[in-house]
Amino acid sequence: MSYVLNTPDEQRAMLKQIGAGSIGDLFNSIPEALRLKRPLNIPPALTEIDLTRHLQELSSRSRSAEDAVCFLGGGSYDHFIPSVVDAVAGRSEFYTAYTPYQAEASQGSLQAFFEFQTLICQLTGLDVANASLYDGGSAVAEAVLMAITATNRHGRVLIAQTVHPDYRATLNTYLANLEATPVTLPTPHGFLSPEDLKKAVDDNTPCVVVQHPNFLGCLEEMDDLARVTRARGALLIVSFDPISLGLLKQPGQYGADIAIAEGQCLGNPMVFGGPYLGILACRQEFVRKMPGRLVGQTVDRNGKRCWVLTLQTREQHIRREKATSNICTNQGLFALRAAVYLAALGPQGLKETAALCAQKAHYAAEQLTRAGCKLKFNRPFFKEFTVFGPKDPASTLSRLLKAGYHGGLHLGRWYPSLTDCITIAVTEKRTHAEIDGLVAAMKAEST
Amino acid sequence: MDPKNLRYAKTHEWASLEGNICTLGITKFAVEQLTDVVYIELPEVGDHVFVGDSFGEIESVKAVSDLYSPVNGEVIEINEKLIDDPTKISGDPYGKGWMVKIKVEPGSSLDSLMTLKQYEEQIASEEH
Repeated sequence: MSYVLNTPDEQRAMLKQIGAGSIGDLFNSIPEALRLKRPLNIPPALTEIDLTRHLQELSSRSRSAEDAVCFLGGGSYDHFIPSVVDAVAGRSEFYTAYTPYQAEASQGSLQAFFEFQTLICQLTGLDVANASLYDGGSAVAEAVLMAITATNRHGRVLIAQTVHPDYRATLNTYLANLEATPVTLPTPHGFLSPEDLKKAVDDNTPCVVVQHPNFLGCLEEMDDLARVTRARGALLIVSFDPISLGLLKQPGQYGADIAIAEGQCLGNPMVFGGPYLGILACRQEFVRKMPGRLVGQTVDRNGKRCWVLTLQTREQHIRREKATSNICTNQGLFALRAAVYLAALGPQGLKETAALCAQKAHYAAEQLTRAGCKLKFNRPFFKEFTVFGPKDPASTLSRLLKAGYHGGLHLGRWYPSLTDCITIAVTEKRTHAEIDGLVAAMKAEST
Repeated sequence: MDPKNLRYAKTHEWASLEGNICTLGITKFAVEQLTDVVYIELPEVGDHVFVGDSFGEIESVKAVSDLYSPVNGEVIEINEKLIDDPTKISGDPYGKGWMVKIKVEPGSSLDSLMTLKQYEEQIASEEH
């Protein structure tokens, strides 16, 4: 369907066909007193030249990852996006595809989502994945709602303090009017102690939520946390970093029941906070409690392979108040991009990407330590780590920006006890020179 | 089970009491309303059920419905065959489609439930 304006002649012909004198006549059923009798109070239209100039001026006020070297993390990263991702996703059949509720008109989209689901299962080692959710934060909330329904427990939802603060805030919103209450477990040493968890879990706990690697960059003790959680019949929910699975054990291997993630790192740009990509996968026994769209593969009446939305009786437009969730959409374009990214890299490419992140992050940490910074936590890390050292991180970071570096995240924004700390992320894109440059700039700050 | 000898709940479950064992299922009318049954969730043996509370769920291609217990008691047997093949419910709702057997308190009765005639009157009025 082409989106082209109607010409005045076409408008006249349509009006004549229905017997209306003007477009204004179409609004005659609205009471006279309610009709606006003046033009809208908006500025006049711009020419294409002026509009382009205006938008360029607006965008030049941002300093993107192209303008300064990016060491930012906390869920959104400057990872490599191969050009094949834009090439495939930019095709108009995908870029402006409609919602896939008519299977016969949506086979391209449905196949792409099915491939995405399959890739996520392969990545996580879990049985089922859905066609995606909004973002990493709402994915945490959806997983918790699943756990509450699946266990029929409405007690305390235990969530580690090292889970992304915005994800925890999102969860609080979702649970605000429910019986189950979110309880944040302190993590003074940068990870959730299995001993502390053991004291907190009881037989009313629907689930335990951890992030691995966590917001501070540290790895959690997943095997022990899984054991402690399951011993009391609660579900283990883990928020993972998709890139990290090129190196780390899969959620399916260490006993996660539900695994969720922010999929921005898989071929999607940072774009100032969104749109992003929620990922959710789980064990087979929970498939009927999953939120969102599920694509299934089947055959048509001629025996040809095809794809459909399946198990739709989970969704709220059919299940109504008994549904786990009210979501009935997915992040189609970003899920497609993630699928293209994973297909393009393959298992080997993902492994190499993860290895580069880990190596470069550890090199950066080592160099920064030599330059006078100190690692805050004595924990293994993947591609992000937390340092303390520069006095007044907030102004240090703003001076680093002037020197050409998005130096990292000031943890004081979320953690009152970590006001002297910065979290630094190093992806496969960061070069030797860029890392050395950051270290030199940080060193200059501390003298 | 002969429908004439069963008792019926407003929510379209049928019940049969022999001694202190009550067998539950859903009616042909309910099955027809649901259309193709794809999944059923039943309680576990040992679970307790209560009058008016849901003891499980039945899912068709177009809807999901709770299954309501008309009695208080303990689940002593569930029809496992239904879990593998829920279509048995559509084929024979009063026979092979039985769902659960509940051990009820001695002296329990199904008198508060409808007779077949009363149930048929209810569904006739629902259809208008």
